[in-house]
Amino acid sequence: MSSETHFTDFKSDEQPTWCPGCGDFGTMNGMMKALAETGNDPDNTFVVAGIGCSGKIGTYMHSYALHGVHGRALPVGTGVKLANPDLEVMVAGGDGDGYSIGVGHFIHAVRRNIDITYVVMDNRIYGLTKGQASPTSRQGFETATSPDGTVEPPVNPLALALAAGGTFIAQSFSSDSQRHADLVQQAIEHDGFGFVNVFSPCVTFNDVDTYDYFRDAIVNLDETGHDPGNYQAARDKIMDPGTEHIGVLYQAEDSVPFSDREGIDSNMADIPDGAPERADRLVREFY
Amino acid sequence: MENDLNWAIGGEAGDGIDSTGKIFARALSRAGRHVFTSKDFASRIRGGYTAYKVRTGVERVESVVDRLDILIALTERTIEENLDELRAGSVVIYDGEQTTMADVEVPTEMIGLEVPLTALAEEAGGAIMRNVVALGAACEVAGFPVEYLDEALVKRFGEKGEAIVANNREAARLGQEYVREETDCPNQFSLETTDEDYVLLNGDEAIGMAAIAAGCRFYAGYPITPATDIMEYLTGRIEAFGGAVVQAEDELSAINMALGAARAGARAMTGTSGPGIDLMSETFGLVATSETPLVIANVMRSGPSTGMPTKQEQGDLNAMLYGGHGEIPRFVLAPTTIGECFDKTVEAFNLAEKYQLPVYLTADLSMAVTEQTYRPERFDMESVEIDRGKVVDPEEVEEWLDEKGRFRAHAATEDGISPRALPGTPEAAHMTTGLEHDELGRRTEEEDVRVEQVQKRQRKVDTAREREDFDYREFGDPDADTLVLSWGSNEGAMREALEMLDDRGIDVRFLSVPYIYPRPDLTEAVESAETIIVVECNATGQFADLIEHDTLSRVERVTKYTGVRFMADELADEIEAAIDNEAPPQEVRR
Ligand SMILES: Cc1ncc(C[n+]2csc(CCOP(=O)(O)OP(=O)(O)O)c2C)c(N)n1
Ligand code: SF4
Repeated sequence: MSSETHFTDFKSDEQPTWCPGCGDFGTMNGMMKALAETGNDPDNTFVVAGIGCSGKIGTYMHSYALHGVHGRALPVGTGVKLANPDLEVMVAGGDGDGYSIGVGHFIHAVRRNIDITYVVMDNRIYGLTKGQASPTSRQGFETATSPDGTVEPPVNPLALALAAGGTFIAQSFSSDSQRHADLVQQAIEHDGFGFVNVFSPCVTFNDVDTYDYFRDAIVNLDETGHDPGNYQAARDKIMDPGTEHIGVLYQAEDSVPFSDREGIDSNMADIPDGAPERADRLVREFY
Repeated sequence: MENDLNWAIGGEAGDGIDSTGKIFARALSRAGRHVFTSKDFASRIRGGYTAYKVRTGVERVESVVDRLDILIALTERTIEENLDELRAGSVVIYDGEQTTMADVEVPTEMIGLEVPLTALAEEAGGAIMRNVVALGAACEVAGFPVEYLDEALVKRFGEKGEAIVANNREAARLGQEYVREETDCPNQFSLETTDEDYVLLNGDEAIGMAAIAAGCRFYAGYPITPATDIMEYLTGRIEAFGGAVVQAEDELSAINMALGAARAGARAMTGTSGPGIDLMSETFGLVATSETPLVIANVMRSGPSTGMPTKQEQGDLNAMLYGGHGEIPRFVLAPTTIGECFDKTVEAFNLAEKYQLPVYLTADLSMAVTEQTYRPERFDMESVEIDRGKVVDPEEVEEWLDEKGRFRAHAATEDGISPRALPGTPEAAHMTTGLEHDELGRRTEEEDVRVEQVQKRQRKVDTAREREDFDYREFGDPDADTLVLSWGSNEGAMREALEMLDDRGIDVRFLSVPYIYPRPDLTEAVESAETIIVVECNATGQFADLIEHDTLSRVERVTKYTGVRFMADELADEIEAAIDNEAPPQEVRR
């Protein structure tokens, strides 16, 4: 790690193919800034990305990275972090990736409290497959697969995280760049699973959850005197789906990451040339 | 033959059948006798017939036979289930005072030995020990010194305190004395003991032990019969070597966690059985195309769908060879004995890292749950060698950078194997994707790059064929006209069948093949034989198909898909019949 890392060190030389104006640009810049601010560099950083427009983020960033299959980024990130606790692991994906096909893994990663950072680019639509309803789409939203409007109410990812025992739950807005970078940084610094749901508008397929909509609707928790350590207050805010909060909704003070509970602290890549010294005793057990 | 004893205990699931069987098996192995066990269990926790069988000899025993000398029957059904295997002179031990056994009728040619198991157990300190009373009784019938049980009882109950161990010893003694003093059961066996030290373990345990020896430090799995034993073995042991086991939320998660750990540089493994393999197959493709070394243990059970979870089958061969969309280079290793589970597991990790691809390591239920004795030297830790393949150290990174200083993680080398930089290696940060990519790992749809990468990945398999020794094991008469081939756990029964066939004047050459893909070239062996027979536990003959494909020769199929493994005598009969079948030529049976 070097303190001189600049956020552009995390930029790959590939040109993003995101639509001009896509919220994912801002989301990514904030992530890179937060990584640099926390003293990381590309050689000790591992980014795992999902599938979707959002998932392309791993391609546009420079670090060790894996772009996996749809919905499974969190288990990959879990494996990376447990195998080598020295790595800074960041997992990123979309609302479809994380809350639809991957929702099971989301709940369990939260519950395990793996010490990674999870950033979801929530545009409330499927972008890459060209505009179908996502689990966070509002009820009644008209899309290619719901021409008469969706009938299901949206999931509330923050509530899922809280119910699963989340220890750091935040929400940010990709175009509020300073605040967004700051929230991701806090998630990185959190000892445990740092979850940030990011309003990251899709300018091509979602004409409801637009920049203008968010600018008007957002309530910044910093300005309301919200105390993230107050579970009840966090629960009340999270269970109020009519309001678009940004900020840290909840942070547990007593968070103990999975690896601490399990006593995992070594880099598992380091193994002896042959069987470990004490391996003989494994055979003796079968006497 | 007094020294080859076939023994069983049967009852309801929940009666402690398994642990009682294990205690007896362990006592025999402590006494320097060879043991081969088999289990008959139903897919339920309580209720349902279940049995644990032990075959023991001073010579090595490699299979089960359809003969029982001593049967401990805790339920009437146990006798019914085993009638075919009971012979004149077989001894059936049962508790006549037990309500369910009050009217039991042991066929006259057998010896019914009524022992008040529960009453004696209560005398020793608790009815729960009735199985141990029965063990003591069985020792007396078998002419096997009851003292050998003691060590096994300590192993089983030691953690529960000395008093419990003492009570169990007493229970065994009471069982023994009762038979000696209160019955006139002829002491018809006299089991010889030897000074040999054996270890007793099953296939899943051999795989788990080898994984630790081979440097596996991360295992993620989701419980499924009959693969769970691997996970349970590793849990509680791998930690002492700096590793971890994670019980994932499902198989999709398990394989992705293992993939993540492997990308981070750990030797990683996941394990499951058929249904789990299906769930893993999408990520299986990602493992291959991202060129990540990963070992996936598939302990096969009977399919399709949920099939018969506690029954034997070798039906997943096609799924392992062809599963997953697109074209995926992979290796498939199938150890043929419990001992070989150890070697092939070590080899699986080396192959995975040397060729940077997923390796299926497959056992079948019979091998996974069977316990067998081995000399401890069979599991020689000194001989474990670890080859991590082309992992680049920081000094070597330079060689693999392009003109712009970017690491060529998928460099299309001559042998198809690229440099591998573990995260943390300076200047080698790179991205890996399941999308088709160029040498740098960047997404591409360019035709020539696509072709180059497909060929590069495939080339690794050709390289492996050149560099590795994908051989087979040979038994029987090398010049025989009849060639028998098999894979997986059929080897033991087949070797015994060879002797039986030999007694009948039938010469057979037998090849046991532990490599499914890449596999040894069997053309010459097949062409030099008149009759070629493939033995496997599935309905269609999946391995036979491969042999036909490779050698363009017609093969006979001896298949079994009842859910029960082959027995030696049955195999001998089937092979004899298949030879007689030879003329006139018939269509390939499918
Ligand atoms: C198993 C599987 N099913 C479906 C797809 C197709 N697919 C690709 S991206 C996507 C949805 C992406 O939506 P979201 O996560 O919201 O990301 P966005 O593109 O909006 O950023 C789908 C369904 C796939 N790649 N894999
Ligand atoms: S389709 Fe939407 S989400 Fe995808 S790049 Fe364009 S704006 Fe972004």
